[in-house]
Amino acid sequence: MADTNELKELARRCRVHIVNMVYRAQAGHPGGSLSEIDLLVGLYKNTLRVRPNEPDWDDRDRFVLSKGHASPGMYAILAEMGFISEEDLESYRVLGGVCQGHVDMKWCPGVDFSAGSLGMGLSFGMGSAIAGRLAGSERQIYVMLGDGEIQEGSVWEAAMAARHHELGNLNVILDRNRIQNDDFCETQMRMFDIPAKWKAFGWNVKEIDGHNMEEVVDGMNFLSSTNDGPSILIAHTVKGHGVSFMADNPAFHGAAPNDEQYAQAMVELGEVKA
Amino acid sequence: MTKMGATRDGYGEALLELASNPKVVVLEADLGKSTKSLHFRKAHPERTVSCGIGEQNMLLVGAGLAASGYIPFASTFAIFTERAFEQMRNGVARPNLAVHVCGSHGGTHTGTDGSSAQSIEDLAIYRTLPNVIVMHPSDVVSTKELTIQLAATGSPSYTRTARNKTPVLYEGRENEIKIGKGIVLKQGSDVAIIACGVMVSQSLEAAEALAAEGINATVVDMHTLKPLDGELVDRLVADCGAIVTAEDHNVIGGLGGAVAEHLTANAFAPLERVGVQDRFGESGQADEMLEVMQISAPYIAAAAKKAMARKG
Repeated sequence: MADTNELKELARRCRVHIVNMVYRAQAGHPGGSLSEIDLLVGLYKNTLRVRPNEPDWDDRDRFVLSKGHASPGMYAILAEMGFISEEDLESYRVLGGVCQGHVDMKWCPGVDFSAGSLGMGLSFGMGSAIAGRLAGSERQIYVMLGDGEIQEGSVWEAAMAARHHELGNLNVILDRNRIQNDDFCETQMRMFDIPAKWKAFGWNVKEIDGHNMEEVVDGMNFLSSTNDGPSILIAHTVKGHGVSFMADNPAFHGAAPNDEQYAQAMVELGEVKA
Repeated sequence: MTKMGATRDGYGEALLELASNPKVVVLEADLGKSTKSLHFRKAHPERTVSCGIGEQNMLLVGAGLAASGYIPFASTFAIFTERAFEQMRNGVARPNLAVHVCGSHGGTHTGTDGSSAQSIEDLAIYRTLPNVIVMHPSDVVSTKELTIQLAATGSPSYTRTARNKTPVLYEGRENEIKIGKGIVLKQGSDVAIIACGVMVSQSLEAAEALAAEGINATVVDMHTLKPLDGELVDRLVADCGAIVTAEDHNVIGGLGGAVAEHLTANAFAPLERVGVQDRFGESGQADEMLEVMQISAPYIAAAAKKAMARKG
């Protein structure tokens, strides 16, 4: 098991990458990248069986970032893991770059599914889970969904089908950051008791604080070790976590910081002395 | 008496034959009895995935399987595949994952279920997607053969089959059938009729009627709409100088659209498009619907004369 202090430092570096990418591109999605990043660090460093020097290794665990617009977070951890280089991060949203606007399996090593259109990743993950079972493999499939994303009806087609087929190797991490594109989720579509909905669909459910690294590691262990049916880790997070003016602010779902804000973010993330 | 068969049965037979490849997996959305994947389910339940009545999920389950080295065949009614068009676009075609989608009960020929079940736009919409092979075979034998060939393409595909029976055209002629290659069923020099699906046998009937009037028509089975056999179209333009397309589909964007697009960029000939004239259908028997939609053999023959009259 990974040292949580090391994980916290890695997450800090990833947050710096995220803000750098979005600032350079003057576009992109910092809020959901900052909310998911502690989870991605915990998943990749503690749990996911992958080989950065052999990204297409057939028997790897799969990770599907279904909220594919939160790509800066994924590119940051892929760079830290060695799937891509730190220089590659400069290609985010740049013509010909491996770091396409939304994660794309045809462009970036380590990306298992081309996402970007919400509500698709869980179904793809279900197909990957069936493939793993047919192949007699122990591989696990992890799918990250956004909380706004579960307003898409097709997510629930997949949720129902995954339990029907008893896919114990299928796991969801729900980034419950409470904000979607236009505003707080609660103003766009009230979702009531999210854990109860998944339980009603027959899933194993665990809730954690998605910014507490000890809880994140516990949660990942829960997913990898719970194999009697599909499992979901509902991670309560703060959109834009780590940068004060982005935190819990719907304006930074899909907006880049200006020069002044960027400078402040670098101070807050410990990259630059105040 | 003409031997008859339904193209959807050809799909079901092909899946059974493909079963010897352990990578082949069949996906269903509660219509396996209708699309004819049920035979595979009975023989190989461990490689059949029920997705319930959930087409959007089904296509992406296929994508996940394809990305892990499997060869998924997913079927439902043509009209219901359309519900999952964006899944096909973003999750299948864009990453070029070889999911093979079969839409059965296509066209107004579907009959008495009425307009909600009569897809007249499926061929058009799938033709707009990069990487996707689009086919509408004409008989049970060619449907089986083309479906078997799909497994080795490595490309995503959409194949329309029909609910009702049509004449068997290719018994013992399997080796003439290749994805992407139109088949000349009758050779003439006055006009060329390019047809797909249930309209191929109608076109052969039209050619017989034209022959009685001294008009020699070529009839082509263009079972693959994409990639279109452009070389063959060019040859038909050179040999006949007038073209008719015939399809049980909207005249916008299907076979007629594909041939028109080809003609505008290559050697040109007058073109008449027989198809559904941009309207929805209604409940009726298959043969009645071809009359209501004005796409049966007599309408094809009339279009042939019109095209010939437009020769320069």
